[in-house]
Amino acid sequence: MQTRRETLRHSAIVAGWLAAAGLLPGPALAFNAKAFDAKSVADALKALGAAAPAESKDVTITGPDIADNGAVVPISASTTLAGVKQLLILVEKNPSALVAVFNLSDSVDANMSTRVKMGQSSDVYAVAVMNDGRALFAKKEVRVTLGGCGA
Amino acid sequence: MADATRIRAQAAGGNATVRVLMAHEMETGQRKDAAGKTIPAWHISDVTAAHNGKTVLTAEWGPGVSKNPFLQFNIKGAKPGDKVSVSWRDNRGDTRTDETTVT
Repeated sequence: MQTRRETLRHSAIVAGWLAAAGLLPGPALAFNAKAFDAKSVADALKALGAAAPAESKDVTITGPDIADNGAVVPISASTTLAGVKQLLILVEKNPSALVAVFNLSDSVDANMSTRVKMGQSSDVYAVAVMNDGRALFAKKEVRVTLGGCGA
Repeated sequence: MADATRIRAQAAGGNATVRVLMAHEMETGQRKDAAGKTIPAWHISDVTAAHNGKTVLTAEWGPGVSKNPFLQFNIKGAKPGDKVSVSWRDNRGDTRTDETTVT
């Protein structure tokens, strides 16, 4: 007997595999709407088909300790490890946690800088998804004085 | 048609640092207008960067990326004179591609 919760979880995992294999119908570019709709960090990773993340010293996230303006928070995610498939940036307390997914190739360094919006003070996660499926993360708390979502 | 993407690619020590500034509203879908109606989300969803025509980086973005998004990354082995192009597509299907030369 499968509970509804299990069914949902399995379908999310399978959807992740399908998306990874390029089998899901839809736009030619693989925008993973499901992952970007996910409310929590764990759900977003699951929707991407990544394993349960483990904290790692080899992944670095840089950003301000206190952000005056939550609409523009500069965040860098990087790792020194080889064999990185994707770098993700997630903001835990945003309406949808996943902000950006970077699909890396051998020709770029695993070091991405961008600017994100933050609705309120929250932990910000940088997750490195490795070629073997491991997910490693680093997190940093950023305090926001003026939120960047909503009015 | 959206405004031009500003790209600067500078070679340093065998790599090139690419800085990209895209002109886009990046509406979150959370805000409401004066009449209390939710403003629909409008954001860049896919970004592709190519070095001399070869795709080196793709990204998927949600509405959580800031307005007029900034992106910085390094391309290994890029030399002055190489071409770097960046294209994006938003969730309304608009696209824009811009190209620059590594200096």
